[in-house]
Amino acid sequence: MSLPQRFLDWFSARGWAPRAHQLAVLDHAQRRESVLLISPTGGGKTLAGFLPSLVEITERGSGEGIHTLYVSPLKALAVDIARNLEAPVAEMGLPVTVETRTGDTPHAKRQRQRQKPPGILITTPEQVSLLVADPHAAHLLRGLRTVILDELHSLVTSKRGVLLSLALTRLQALAPEAIRIGLSATVADPDALRAWLVPSGATPAPLVLGRPGAKPNIRILSSVERVPWSGHSALYAIPEVYEEIRKAKMTLVFVNTRSQAEVIFQALWEANEDNLPIALHHGSLDVGQRRKVEAAMGEGKLRAVVCTSTLELGIDWGDVDLVVHVGAPKGSSRLLQRIGRSNHRLDLPSEALLVPSNRFEVLECQAALRAAEANAQDTEYPMVKKLDVLAQHILCRAVAGPFHPDALFTEVTSAWTYRNLTREDFDRAVDYVATGGYALRAYERHAKLKAQPDGTLRLSHPRLAMAYRLNMGTIVEDEMLKVRLAHVKRRLGKRVVTGGRVLGEVEEWFLSQLTTGQTFLFAGEVLRFEGIDEFGALATRSNDREPMVPSYQGGKFPLSTHLAARVREMLSDPSQWKQLPPQVKGWLSLQRFRSAVPKASQMLVETFPRADKHYMVCYPFEGRLAHQTLGMLLTRRLERAGLQPLGFVASEYALVIWMVRDLSLLVSAGRLSLDRLFDEDMMGDDLEAWLAESMLMKRTFRYVAIIAGLIERRQPGHEKTARQMTVNTDLIYDVLRSHEPDHLLLRAAWEDAAEGLIDASRLSAMLRRIRGEIVHKALDTVSPLAVPVLLEIGRESVYGEGHDALLAEAANDLIDEAMRLV
Amino acid sequence: MSRSQRIRLSGMDFIPGLSGALYAPDFRALLVADLHLEKGTSLARRGVHLPPYDTRQSLLDLEAALAEARPERLIFLGDSFHDGAARERIDHHDLATLRAITTSVETVWITGNHDPAPPDDIGGRIAAEMALGPVTLRHEPKALAPGESEIAGHLHPAAAVYARGHRIRCRCFIADERRLIMPAFGSYTGALSVRSEAFSGLFGDFHVWMIGGKAIHRFPATQVR
Repeated sequence: MSLPQRFLDWFSARGWAPRAHQLAVLDHAQRRESVLLISPTGGGKTLAGFLPSLVEITERGSGEGIHTLYVSPLKALAVDIARNLEAPVAEMGLPVTVETRTGDTPHAKRQRQRQKPPGILITTPEQVSLLVADPHAAHLLRGLRTVILDELHSLVTSKRGVLLSLALTRLQALAPEAIRIGLSATVADPDALRAWLVPSGATPAPLVLGRPGAKPNIRILSSVERVPWSGHSALYAIPEVYEEIRKAKMTLVFVNTRSQAEVIFQALWEANEDNLPIALHHGSLDVGQRRKVEAAMGEGKLRAVVCTSTLELGIDWGDVDLVVHVGAPKGSSRLLQRIGRSNHRLDLPSEALLVPSNRFEVLECQAALRAAEANAQDTEYPMVKKLDVLAQHILCRAVAGPFHPDALFTEVTSAWTYRNLTREDFDRAVDYVATGGYALRAYERHAKLKAQPDGTLRLSHPRLAMAYRLNMGTIVEDEMLKVRLAHVKRRLGKRVVTGGRVLGEVEEWFLSQLTTGQTFLFAGEVLRFEGIDEFGALATRSNDREPMVPSYQGGKFPLSTHLAARVREMLSDPSQWKQLPPQVKGWLSLQRFRSAVPKASQMLVETFPRADKHYMVCYPFEGRLAHQTLGMLLTRRLERAGLQPLGFVASEYALVIWMVRDLSLLVSAGRLSLDRLFDEDMMGDDLEAWLAESMLMKRTFRYVAIIAGLIERRQPGHEKTARQMTVNTDLIYDVLRSHEPDHLLLRAAWEDAAEGLIDASRLSAMLRRIRGEIVHKALDTVSPLAVPVLLEIGRESVYGEGHDALLAEAANDLIDEAMRLV
Repeated sequence: MSRSQRIRLSGMDFIPGLSGALYAPDFRALLVADLHLEKGTSLARRGVHLPPYDTRQSLLDLEAALAEARPERLIFLGDSFHDGAARERIDHHDLATLRAITTSVETVWITGNHDPAPPDDIGGRIAAEMALGPVTLRHEPKALAPGESEIAGHLHPAAAVYARGHRIRCRCFIADERRLIMPAFGSYTGALSVRSEAFSGLFGDFHVWMIGGKAIHRFPATQVR
């Protein structure tokens, strides 16, 4: 390991010494080996990534073209990272130029970067694809020596990571000498990341571990208040959370959803007797507003920030000394990552407080605390082999210039993510890009790729390159509308509303449900909806104290399998209940008395009558997504068994189905077997039949169609918004499914849905786990354990009811009303 | 369909179908608006390759509607073809289906803004407007003279209602006592809210007949969002 004197002097001038992992990374890089560094935040990880490039450029010059590409998933951070890097560069007087390139970089600057490339270019995954699609890519990248991939643990679990893995194969072809340095937080399976980082078949990248920080200090709030049975607002704990904020210097309050962030922020503000500077930070807020909050944090001007995962990654703002987690953290790794945002000095323990928002979450927080103490990791496995992303990359390759399919196949399968791609699937993807890949060969004359006499394929029209550049990427957002704070004036006695400053963006479907005068919580204020104009939604400030809370989609993480197992285990073992607050312990004891507490391997099923309906509650603890799928499938089965199910609601822990007929009776008479009801074979035809018709599938298809380029979000010349898209993807889905059910895009959508929205593999595993392990209790009334999920009925949307039933009911309500008036 | 919905216009009953077609029993005529055949292939030149099966699907739906209503005449209310070049793009199989239909029933192609000159080699006659008893059939709704009534297409109406906290949006027929606008029939045709600007001034106190999965549901204007 050789760190030049200039660098050693710089370290010692600051009273620092190079860390062992920084030197180890340098050592691997100097031997021209790719390397994976796994280190907790605050360990000088970013510098460890840059050090080899700084040393090499200093010693050997930056060479021709771009020397180092630094890729970070966070566009907003590129500027901060560049600034952080410029400090050592300036202080050591290094001959290194550092520039950024993101989607926001002006055209002129990009042009300049092409003519005079910087030594180090800080950029995003999408920009890497655009770079390799550039016809001059070979020239720009001829001297590329290093590719640094930051936050790799977060990238690899998404389609952005899959796309990046393909762009890396292009870089490999253009600059075979370049090595890769992966920077990652702690993950469950480092070997997968080591393999991801290098071409398939090559020796996995060596692993360098940063020194682990001090063990965190995690507490669970033991409230004097009554912990609610259900719900997610945790409002009961606000006075206690506020007290913690008062005692700390700077607190980050993490929540799981944006709407939760709004609610908690609002409640803290009302409790804020000392007028502490408390801010709000989540993904729907205006970027400018977010940057302001980050800057204020950095300057130490804030005492607390209520935030979602937006503040989970990236560089540090400010001196956080307490992390409060409201609601259960859903996964051990997520909790550790969030806790890591406090006390960024490795030698000091991070301070964290968990605030469960209901009784089940008390169990989950306890499980998370134990998992975190054991440093157990439950990060997701890297995402692999997405056909829509492959299609986009094939077009990317064609934009760069003519290519031979054989060569591209070899190149694509050199990515670890596509190592199992068959030639048949690859050829279908190429055919899809060329002509749509339909059995009805309608588009031969208008193919996007044309075969050349030498066997290569080339783009048929330059317009397609422009369309690619406008539409590439894998982040498909829901249709969003800007929310602006409006001014109300009275003109000739009429109320005239005009738009003002932008507060942020909200999903269009949410706003489309509001009518003028309704109130909602957004950007920390109660707003009155005034209407929608051509620029977005208009809202005014309201004095309403009880708003209609925005229910954004997304942001709800499912309970990790690891934590679920720990929760089941804790539940099954009364000796562990001692650690729980008395009211929760009492709740479980009552459950044992009134019904049963299942063993960790078992699943409890309770049936009981209530009002004029019959209920079945089961407790798989597999997360809301898997439970929703289970609910859908069980409802179909119960329907066929003649039990006339009416609806169901899924929570993170349990599923309740209600029906007209008495399930207990059928089970005790031996006419219905619960083992049969929960048999794994439901994952076959029933799943397929339900999924094909479901809205989930249509939404998934929309994402796939956009990523694969079937639909163009933007057209050269005039930017179109998502809702003006040529043809609604729901209609395309229906037609394609009827006429070409095995089309590439349908398969891609199916695979996505199975992995994501319906959590099929997790549900399958659960059904296998509980085979022969179902404990049935036929009760006279609702059990203590069932209360939380029953309380969710009416709050969560009810599944299993067709639109026709609802429409008929709505039409009948009206008739009732009309009759009453007579 | 013993209890099927009826829409009354100028003293005549019309029966809205789940397919989006409208049956006029007094004339044994089936009305179909905005088929937009070959919309899927219309963007091919730009390199947008939508699944080219929309024409086939629309014709399958049309055949089903014909089999159910068994009309003597079939009247298309315009925009039957998405553009002037649709005739050249249509697959021979689909063309044969279309010709078989025009052979089996008396067919009228009313012209629309997308197809001011529909192809003349498919069968049936072409007209700018036509009268069905007291009602005028045309593509785009027009300002009505006193005593006049019309059935039109062009606007692709859809309506939304709230039921138990769900917002449910469907294609719909919309009508008051003088005017009826039909939903678009084509399988790639989108829909426009009856609350949007394009509908303003067209209707007095109207109702909508929303096309659900299994039935048609009638709602008054006050319930439509």
